[in-house]
Parts: sequence; C-alpha cells; structure tokens
Amino acid sequence: MAVFLELLVNGISVGAVYALIALGFVVIFKATEVVNFTHASLLLAGGYVIARLHPLVGFWAALAAGIAAAALVGALVEFLILRRAHVGSRGVLAIVTIGVDILLTTELTRQIGTEVLALGDPWGDRVLRLGPVTVAETRVVALAVAAALIAAFLLAFKFTGWGVAMRATAEDAETAALMGVRLGRVSLGAWAVAGALAAVAALFLCVFPTPGLDRGTTAAAMKAFPAAILGGLDSTTGALAGGLIVGVTETLISGYQSELAFLGRGIGDAAPFLVMIVILLLRPSGLFGTKEPVRV
Amino acid sequence: MSEPTPAPDMSASGTPVTDTDTPAAPAPGAPVPAASTPGAHIPAHASAAPAYGVRTRRVSRPVRAALWAVLLAVAVAVPFYLEGFWLQTGLFAMAAAIGAIGINLLTGATGQLSLGHAFFLAVGAYSYVYLSSDLGLPTPLAAVAAVAVAGVSGGLFSPIAGRLKGAYLGIATLALIFVGQHILFNAEPVTGGFNGRPVPPLELFGLVFADTPELVVLDVPFGSLERLWFLGIALLAGAALFARGVLRGRPGLAMNTIRDHEIAAGVMGVPVARYRAGVFVLSSMYGGLAGVLVALVFQQVVPDYFGMPLSLDYLAMIVIGGLGSVAGAIAGAAFVSLLPQLLTRYSDALPLVAEPGSGGVSPAEAARILYGAAVVAVVLFLPGGLAGLATRLGRVRLKELRWAKSAPAQASRR
Repeated sequence: MAVFLELLVNGISVGAVYALIALGFVVIFKATEVVNFTHASLLLAGGYVIARLHPLVGFWAALAAGIAAAALVGALVEFLILRRAHVGSRGVLAIVTIGVDILLTTELTRQIGTEVLALGDPWGDRVLRLGPVTVAETRVVALAVAAALIAAFLLAFKFTGWGVAMRATAEDAETAALMGVRLGRVSLGAWAVAGALAAVAALFLCVFPTPGLDRGTTAAAMKAFPAAILGGLDSTTGALAGGLIVGVTETLISGYQSELAFLGRGIGDAAPFLVMIVILLLRPSGLFGTKEPVRV
Repeated sequence: MSEPTPAPDMSASGTPVTDTDTPAAPAPGAPVPAASTPGAHIPAHASAAPAYGVRTRRVSRPVRAALWAVLLAVAVAVPFYLEGFWLQTGLFAMAAAIGAIGINLLTGATGQLSLGHAFFLAVGAYSYVYLSSDLGLPTPLAAVAAVAVAGVSGGLFSPIAGRLKGAYLGIATLALIFVGQHILFNAEPVTGGFNGRPVPPLELFGLVFADTPELVVLDVPFGSLERLWFLGIALLAGAALFARGVLRGRPGLAMNTIRDHEIAAGVMGVPVARYRAGVFVLSSMYGGLAGVLVALVFQQVVPDYFGMPLSLDYLAMIVIGGLGSVAGAIAGAAFVSLLPQLLTRYSDALPLVAEPGSGGVSPAEAARILYGAAVVAVVLFLPGGLAGLATRLGRVRLKELRWAKSAPAQASRR
C-alpha cells in the first residue's frame, strides 16, 4: 500500500509537469489552431539555458533566464515563421513546426552532446517523509508549482483582458479581430506563454530523480502530446486531466514493472500512448475536447 | 548514350496531340477514338481530373515521354558507372521515395498527418524477415505478404485513422512509434531485440539479390546493390504509377475534397471516414514496401532505425518536394536522403561541416539542420515545393519558346 501511495504521489507530480507542457500546447492550439510540434525543443531550449547559466549567475537567475529564453524562442518562431507562412491548411503549419523542431532539436542536442547537464536546483536529492510515504522534495515542489501555475493560468484565462481576447479568438478569430482583438498579439502571447511553461516543465523533468538534462529529454517531453490529445486539444481542463492520467499511468506501470514483466522492459514509456489510443477509440475528440457537431 | 533528345521529338508531334486533346475533352465518354492515336486515352482524364496534382501537366506529352526515356536510360546506366556507396544511397533514396509517395497520399492529398510512418516501415521490414526466415516462405511471397501485413496493421489502426483528422491523427500516430519501438526491442523471438536480425536476400525467378553467385554484365560485376538497383527502380516506378492513378482518378478527387472541405466532401457523397481509413491503409502498405526494400539493401534490420526521426524525415520529404504530388515526393525523398551522404562524402571540402566526432557540426547534423531549414523555407517562399518549382520553371520556359499553344488543354482543365 505504501508503495502504491508513493507511486501515486510521484505519478501525480510528474503528471502535473506533463500538464504544464500540455497546457502550453493547448494554449497555442486554442489561439492559433496550430498543433505545435516545436514544443519539445522549446522545452529543451529552456532547460539548456538554465543548465548553462546556473553556475554563472545562480539558480534563480538562471531559471528566470531560461523561462525568458524559451518564451523568446517561442515568440520568435511565431513571429518569424508561422506568421509569414501563407498556407491553405493548418496541417501544413503543423509540418512547419516539425521543421522548426528538427532545426532546434538538432542544434541543441549537438550543443548538449553526450553530457548530462545538472540544473543546479536547490532541492538536490532530499526526500520528504509523510508517514509511510517517501517522496522526493523536487516532486513536491513540482506539484506545488505546477498547481499554482495552472491555477493562475486558468484564472488569467477567465478574468484578464488577455485571457478574454484569447478565448474570443479561439471562438471565432474573424469576429474577434473585428471587435478589436489583435490576433497577432494573441498568438504571439500564446507562443511566449507556451515557451515559458515549457521551460518550467523542463526544470522539473530534469531534476532528481532524473539524472539531468540530456539528449533524451525530448522523448520525455513527447509524453505531453498524448496528455494534450487525450484530454482534448482545445481544453485547458483536458490538459490538466490528460497530464495527470499520463503521469500516473507511466509511474504506476514503471513502478510495478516487475509484476508486469510479460509486457517487456520499458513498458512505462509506451503505456501513456496505449492509454491515449484506448481513450481516442472511445472518445475521438478527447475527454474534454469540444465535439465537432458535424454529420452529413 | 544516344537516346533521342527531346527537341526533335516534340516539334514533330507535339502539336497534333494537343489538338486531339481539345475536341475530345468536352465529350469524354462516347467518341474517344481508340483508333486515332495511341495516346488517345488522355482526354478522359483531362476532363475527369481537374485535381491538384495534375497541374504539372504543362509540358506536352511527347516531351514528357522523351524525358522519361532519358530518365530511364540514365537509371539503367547508373549501376554500370557508379560505385557501391552511391548505389546504396540511391537505393535508400528509392525506398524513401516509395514511402514518401505513400505518406504524400495521406498527408499531401488527404490532409491527414502521420508521424507513425516509420512504424509501417518497421512492420514491412520485420515481417519480411520473419516470414522468410522463420516461416520459410519463398522470399518474393514473403515480400508481398510483408506489404500485406503492413496494410493490415494500418487497417487495425483505422478506427482511429478514420475518425481523427489532420494534426490530431499526427499526435495519435506517435503512439505507433513508441509502442512499435517497445515491441521491436522486446519481442526478441521475432525481432531479434536490440541487435535486430539479418535479412535473407530476395530470390526472384532464380536470380538471387546478393553478392554470392557471381554475375558479370558487360564487364561490370553485379553484386547485390547493382541487382537491387533494378528491383528498386521497378518497385518505385510501379508505386509511382499506381499513386498517380489513384490521385488522378475518382479516389484522388475525393481525397482532395476531404482535405479541402470535409463537410463538402460528405455532402457530395464521399464516405469520409472510410476514405480516411482506406488511404491510411494504402499509405501504410507503401510504408511496408519501403521497409522491405530498406531491409533488402541494409541486409540487417535494427529497431533504432525505425524511430521518430525517420517519420520526421518522411514529412520533411513531402513538404520539400511538394505536398500531394508524386513527383514531389520522389524529389523530396532524393533531396532528404542524398543530402547527408553528399555532406559526409565532401565534408572536408565544405566550410562549416566538420568530421564526425571532431566537435563541429557533423555532416549528419548539418544535413538535418539544412533540411529542417528547407522545410521552413519551402513553406515560406516556395509553396508547392520542388514539384511546384519545376512546374513554374517549365511554364516560364514554355512561354519563352512559344511552342506551347497548349492553352486549350489548360482551359479544359479549369
């Protein structure tokens, strides 16, 4: 039971981190209807800046720089490329983001090389004991930060002018533009926010118990994709739920791997995708996604 | 090589064919004069398929025929002159082209994104190995069966492939990659695990596609690569022609309509979900075929090859080459698969590219950066990709040379 609880807590905290990534993903999709495959490399960019700067300027400044850098990269991608690509369909834009992702990921993994970069976080490998359950401190912080960020974000989405503009754009871009919403700013903002969230997620994906930032980190970031889609690409609640489902599934299955040996080694990595397939079979637009009322 | 040059050919018969085109176009059904010209089946399609991919037909027919003849002659001559390294590269490009055609049917023509294509290559490659080595099927049969298995696995995914659209499907197909990699690494009795398995050579009508029974043609020793070269060309030609037929016929129209307006397609009686699923199956079979060819060239299948980057490569190919066109898929495949090899080969002569492992930008990385940039550049500056570029260049030249009074043919396609 203790093991189960431990895994559950860990799973929820990992899931919260996935939810952060998925949230950025959903924000971009809502604002621009672009499925953003650049997300993994935004995350890598943020993590890389943190890892390189923390010995020079200390962890907190490095974290701020990392967040700013990832936000900047996101904004630049939107401003320099997507805004200027005049293509018929959003699907082509998705492929453009794949092109950008190839570019960024290749360069960043080249910079990282075979190293495993520490992020210099203040929590180290300390653990917290809550009765029979032992949890890494980083996990607790991750859960708290992710919860705070997501809550702040949902509130901003509801109550700030930016949030209203974003929702209006998601609802009907043309009408929103006629009402004076600047679509360019909305999508620029969405990309910047997504980049910032990705950088925060990068921090928590790379601290203890993970060894650090290495070239495999993008694969971890990939798991936010099923999180986003199984919750519903256009739903912030869905991103949250999807992130938690993915995180808990992955952690539980990895944790009970010895009992599930017949499924093979490393099933924890594939499990989120299996769950995604099952959910998509039952609900093609995700758990909380808007169903398109189209039937001919 | 004394092939007929394009110039005399087209001046001789270029105009007549366009003439027969025009009058027959309005009434495609009845009066197609089977006796008049050998090429008289064109009108039927000229009026039936004002589809996207057809815009490339600005060059008149005999010119195209001549171009194809030259291309074919070059393709046949290549193994006699080029060394093994380039043959292997070319073969990989052919396999890539087959796969790219398949994914272009799905993504370019139907608007459905797939990031899981590498999985179907893996299914094709591993099925071939398993069926021929373990089940002892004759190798050609195993190859065909492997393609079928790839199709079946695409069909198993069809409940999802039929219902999700566009980039949604793209994310869902990520599952194929991750689950596929998991299976490849863990189902060791079938897949050989991390180290993969050796691939038995294909044996077709007594001809073994391997180095061992020596074969010398015109003083050139024909090893496995030389032999496979011809197989690759035949497969690629077949795959390209089939895809062209699909794109230019009714299915192509339906696919393009689904891509452009799903509801309109449904209203006009296109079974959208069934088409999406069907195209997915077809494109997975193309993937399977590409996988079989890759396996035959590589002579060893390893799981690492069939990962995420391979799928991304394929998407890069079709964007660079031109979405929705067969020629574009081939051009893009050539570009993406030749680039790293060219950079590797000439890395010492190129600025900014360093030897692998010396700390600078390695050729493989440089290639990835280049074609990542190419994807972006094509979308920004060259809509239509390489195929679109060729069309535009062709149009300009036609105007300059003034022998293109083929305007009626164009008008009939409007």
